[in-house]
Amino acid sequence: MNTLFDKIWDRHVVQQVEDGPTQLYIDRLYCHEVTSPQAFDGMRSRGLKCYRPEKIYCMPDHNTPTHDQDKPIEDPVSKKQVDTLAKNAAEFGLTHYGMFSKDNGIIHVVGPEKGLSLPGMTIVCGDSHTSTHGAMGAVAFGIGTSEVEMVMASQCILQQKPKSMRISINGKLGKGVTAKDVALYLMAQLTTSGATGYFVEYAGEVVSALSMEGRLTLCNLSIEMGARGGFIAPDETTFAYLKGREFAPKGEDWEKAVAYWKTLKSNDDAVFDKELVFDAEDIEPRITYGTNPGMGIGITSPIPSSPLGRSGEVQALEYMGFRPGQKLLGTKVDYVFLGACTNGRIEDFRAFASIVKGRKKAGDVVAWLVPGSWAVDRQIREEGLDKILEEAGFEIRQPGCSACLAMNDDKIPAGKLSVSTSNRNFEGRQGPGARTILASPLTAAAAAVTGVITDPRELL
Amino acid sequence: MKQKFDIITSTCVPLPLENVDTDQIIPARFLKATTREESFFGDNLFRDWRYNSDGTVNKDFVLNDPRYSGCILVAGKNFGSGSSREHAAWAIAGYGFRVVISSFFADIHKNNELNNFVLPVQVSEDYLTELFESIKENPKTEVEVDLPNQTVTNKASGRSEHFDINGYKKHCLMNGLDDIDFLVQNQDKTEQWEQLNK
Repeated sequence: MNTLFDKIWDRHVVQQVEDGPTQLYIDRLYCHEVTSPQAFDGMRSRGLKCYRPEKIYCMPDHNTPTHDQDKPIEDPVSKKQVDTLAKNAAEFGLTHYGMFSKDNGIIHVVGPEKGLSLPGMTIVCGDSHTSTHGAMGAVAFGIGTSEVEMVMASQCILQQKPKSMRISINGKLGKGVTAKDVALYLMAQLTTSGATGYFVEYAGEVVSALSMEGRLTLCNLSIEMGARGGFIAPDETTFAYLKGREFAPKGEDWEKAVAYWKTLKSNDDAVFDKELVFDAEDIEPRITYGTNPGMGIGITSPIPSSPLGRSGEVQALEYMGFRPGQKLLGTKVDYVFLGACTNGRIEDFRAFASIVKGRKKAGDVVAWLVPGSWAVDRQIREEGLDKILEEAGFEIRQPGCSACLAMNDDKIPAGKLSVSTSNRNFEGRQGPGARTILASPLTAAAAAVTGVITDPRELL
Repeated sequence: MKQKFDIITSTCVPLPLENVDTDQIIPARFLKATTREESFFGDNLFRDWRYNSDGTVNKDFVLNDPRYSGCILVAGKNFGSGSSREHAAWAIAGYGFRVVISSFFADIHKNNELNNFVLPVQVSEDYLTELFESIKENPKTEVEVDLPNQTVTNKASGRSEHFDINGYKKHCLMNGLDDIDFLVQNQDKTEQWEQLNK
């Protein structure tokens, strides 16, 4: 009862159902176009209205093209899904940030940057990467479409309370090692199911030192270890990030809010169901080699020989065209993708630009640079990063989920090798037959300018 | 879709792979539908394993193997990891499966199955291994899933195991009720909570 997770969860308990789940109050529901239409249909067929429409924010992101957003979407099926969200939001009286509006972007990028996701909140969305918002010190988790409908209908959800886990990373990250590398390291240590059934609190010197962008990346990837969510206790970094944002409290309300937020931490004697401690010194820039995010290595290490054959390893290497014991440094790369709710924020573009500055894009690499939101795009231009990127031969596309899951036109062709800052390297995730290597923006930039897998530390 | 659950006895379709993610259950390009036609999702269940890249049927995949059929899918550990897409549960239900047996389920997908009246039955690693062997030896092996008593029985070996499900959800499945009915009925409690937490 003394972890931060307990404090936030318990405060939101409406009732404990006998021999069943908890009825939990939800402060914020985000809806995108893919996982909401059937929930709205359900509401209509039951004759229900949204119980607290002011707590629900909608925006399309998965299907949006990353070019010519001022024109209608060419793919009629994508267009219909995006239009359906706009129509549903209007019918149910919900805020909607349409495609090409200045407020649009990937839902998990827009929520924090607008101050819609705040410390102490419970936040849900029909999307597993809702864990991202945990970086603000919130309990945030992905849900299915039936559950989206539950929240629309009642502002509540029925859930079993997960167990609690604390992951502490101590020490100081080395040069060229980012929050993405920390997350990829944790996934390899825990596997993709190691944190299933748990909510993770990230702590330790490394986490305290991370920027908000880094924290959002780390929490984003909690689901890839199986965790329902991950979060970080709010601190001065959080408050400084939130101050002045559109929906953050203002004036006297701000002072009151900060005073409350400062109480949001686990007690010194808090007991977690599981506690893990890692050392920053063991983490180098990371890449994946297989077909789930847990199949990862340090960039200078060989693919494990795995004499015992971890399940799925053989099929994964066959799909990727790699062999046990192989080193991937120097492997030719076809595509580079910078973006997604994992790494589509301003700091990610700064990191990418820091490597490509004064260099040129490798001739035969196709690079897609996709800001996470129009706000990120504006900041890229304000900081002059666009000039650096363009001089190096890169073009900035328009915001959306893009090649992370290839629901728009940004599909990696079959057989091509992509170095991607996104979150999943599942078979066919970036397009049927596409082969994905997950990496940080620095490692993606190093691949983009050299045309091969390259240790970014050599270019810093 | 809402349907009442009791005792199900069926042959099984074995998928002895671990970490089957929801991108494999239903690839993202099939998520563009704005309606919930389960037959559409069912037709595309395991699409990229069922069909070769040229669109021809992959005869090596278990769904295309005429020896195996039934409304119980038996899958390896960590079934349904990855994306929260409920379309994966719609695809499983749409194909005609009513039960999925595995030794471990990913959280969100497990809830999605339950919310679509597909019963996830979690068994021990050892039980699962034996079940795969029984099905391999005799594809006509039947399994009985008894929700009222929370037991699963491999009819070939006779071995039974208890499985967990909370009392509330069991009641919902057996009576064809869903969570939205419950939450709407309990709106007074939600209002009370809001008053206390202004």
